[in-house]
Amino acid sequence: MGAVILMPALSPTMTEGKLARWLKKAGDSVKSGEVIAEIETDKATMEVEAVDEGVLTSILVPEGTENVAVNTAIAELDGGAGNAKAAPAPVAAPAPVAAAPASVPAAPRAATPEKDWGPTKTITVREALRDAMAAEMRADADVFLIGEEVAQYQGAYKISQGLLEEFGPRRVMDMPITEHGFTGMAVGAAFTGLKPIVEFMTFNFSMQAIDQIINSAAKTLYMSGGQLGCPIVFRGPNGAASRVAAQHSQCYASWYAHCPGLKVVAPWSAADAKGLLRAAIRDPNPVIVLENEILYGQSFECPTADDFVLDIGKAKVEREGSDVTIVAFSTMVGMAMQAAEKLAEQGISAEVINLRSIRPLDTETIAASVRKTNRLVTLEEGWPFAGIGAEVAMQIMETAFDHLDAPPVRVTGVDVPMPYAANLEKLALPRLEQVVEAARSVTYRR
Amino acid sequence: MPQATEAASKRRGKAKAPSLSREELLRAYRDMLLIRRFEEKAGQLYGMGLIGGFCHLYIGQEAVVVGMQMCLKPGDQVITSYRDHGHMLATGMEARGVMAELTGRIGGYSKGKGGSMHMFSREKGFYGGHGIVGAQVSLGNGLAFANWYRQDGRVAVTYFGEGASNQGQVFESLNLAALFKLPCIFIIENNKYGMGTSVDRASASRDLSQNGAPWGIPGEQVNGMDVASVREAGERAVAHCRAGKGPYLLEMKTYRYRGHSMSDPAKYRTREEVQKMRETSDCIETARKALLDGFGVTEADLKVIDDEVKAIVQDSADFAQESPEPPESELMTDILVEVG
Repeated sequence: MGAVILMPALSPTMTEGKLARWLKKAGDSVKSGEVIAEIETDKATMEVEAVDEGVLTSILVPEGTENVAVNTAIAELDGGAGNAKAAPAPVAAPAPVAAAPASVPAAPRAATPEKDWGPTKTITVREALRDAMAAEMRADADVFLIGEEVAQYQGAYKISQGLLEEFGPRRVMDMPITEHGFTGMAVGAAFTGLKPIVEFMTFNFSMQAIDQIINSAAKTLYMSGGQLGCPIVFRGPNGAASRVAAQHSQCYASWYAHCPGLKVVAPWSAADAKGLLRAAIRDPNPVIVLENEILYGQSFECPTADDFVLDIGKAKVEREGSDVTIVAFSTMVGMAMQAAEKLAEQGISAEVINLRSIRPLDTETIAASVRKTNRLVTLEEGWPFAGIGAEVAMQIMETAFDHLDAPPVRVTGVDVPMPYAANLEKLALPRLEQVVEAARSVTYRR
Repeated sequence: MPQATEAASKRRGKAKAPSLSREELLRAYRDMLLIRRFEEKAGQLYGMGLIGGFCHLYIGQEAVVVGMQMCLKPGDQVITSYRDHGHMLATGMEARGVMAELTGRIGGYSKGKGGSMHMFSREKGFYGGHGIVGAQVSLGNGLAFANWYRQDGRVAVTYFGEGASNQGQVFESLNLAALFKLPCIFIIENNKYGMGTSVDRASASRDLSQNGAPWGIPGEQVNGMDVASVREAGERAVAHCRAGKGPYLLEMKTYRYRGHSMSDPAKYRTREEVQKMRETSDCIETARKALLDGFGVTEADLKVIDDEVKAIVQDSADFAQESPEPPESELMTDILVEVG
């Protein structure tokens, strides 16, 4: 009996990769721990080590094959030393990435951008973020990027790929693991008029530096009577990734949106990412850009125009509808779009609003939608208590109460620290069927 | 503070006491006196209920900022904590604007919206005025970073107390400054007490000037009660930074005569301890004596300076009471820079 070697997941969010090279050929004997192949993802090249001993009887996926899905059988191993059990994939942690609960495929864009920016091109959110930084750094010598692993490593999530090469070590700087110290340093530099982009490897680590973000960056303009502004961008992945448990899975939208003096944006598509990040870098105020790791590898149409930029503070109607308004941001926009598809099959026409900007909040666009649909569902990954959904619902109470035909409903993450176990994690995050159910309930179709 | 002087001298390997020229000492005397009289007036106004909230007086420590400021050029930056009135006056900010900020009036540097702990002047290179203990050290690194980034030859002076020196971000900042060779002068104003906790009870480090040693940052203990000693050490630090050799650390041995803030009865030290410092080490008295004994300055000459300073302070106090409170419309301004 042989064992099958499966395509391993080399990161919590990897769904596929390129089988770059086989270091062994059929007939070779393999020892445990030996490197047998190299796999390239959009983030990195990784070596695959054998777990079991045996002879490689056949290679099922030839080298050079792109887009090999995780858990695909890539080779067969004849169990040496009497080992006949079906060996799992080489890498220790076989992450069931394909079933990752937060992995929402990018829905096709149903609505065109508000302004016609001309021709578009399909790019990933990762490329869009990199292009936005590169464009602004070319345009303004005061813009620079700092963070952990942003330079030589090319970004922990490969967002800053190529920037060190183009802009040099003074403008793309690796920082030691010192969030509090380097964030304060960047804020101080911004006080002098420089325009730092601070990458947090994830926003979870921004809590180390939250005093500098709020007490120094956000408040100094006011405390100085308008003298000392802070043109700075704090960006990085926010929210749940996949199977990384409580300390690494948290949405900071409501934390930062709470504070006057900050702007907070949360892109979903590549166009959002490029347009909002460019706007954030140009903005003379501190701007928090909440990205999402799962979206980084997703592709969308994005305008190619050199001057493409979005307005911070404007939401986008991603899909028009007449029966219910679903408000979402970041990766949850994808889920809202899927829900709208399902609802359409059931005869319910859902309008999907991509907030893009959390603070300032485009209450006008939401209210205009609610005046049309008379029903509101909010959708977010974060916790319900004092969350963005609570704020959106209250804003609608204040501005469009008379137009509501049903109490607004929130779909949120569950009010617990994120569990690690796959089944529990799935339960802790918003699910498509919950969104559909919420829309049905406010339209009294349940 | 003879001990500190000796220690500093030993480090330099020479015994000659630091000195200033007649003109320099006259200027230093005037600037220290201005801070002293200003702070005394602020204390009075606080007692009258005209100044609210936190108010941390700098009385006793004047030689530190005045001596350091003598080493700086226009364009260099200064940043400090909440005990900041002296730093503002030393950088050349107007007494009127500072006092009016203390009374929360529109004529204050922050239009009355910042108060004692939050004033700034980009023009004078003063970047605050920060209320979170230790936060200014990271921010000061940012000022130095900007100088490094622009390669403009400027230096940043970051002041913090011996209490703040235990904050994690201070150590992070020492590492960053040394790592990137930032032109940053760290000044620990060691006035012996972080609020009510003496330095011995808060820091296991017995020589704070060596707190940057793990990162190779040169440090010196300085007699912070003597303006000439401060100036001399400051010149060394500034020269080091301007030469691109990275940060420098000076521990100023100093003393505050008043409580931590206006509401601090200062029960943690004896009246005798304070009295002894005032009598034996006061920076203004030392300068005064040197001027009278060593430079042939007369009491009448000093009286002219005293009167000038008194007039500036009285004018600032009058202005701070006449200037109106900010209009209610100011509540909602300066939250964000408007984007055109």
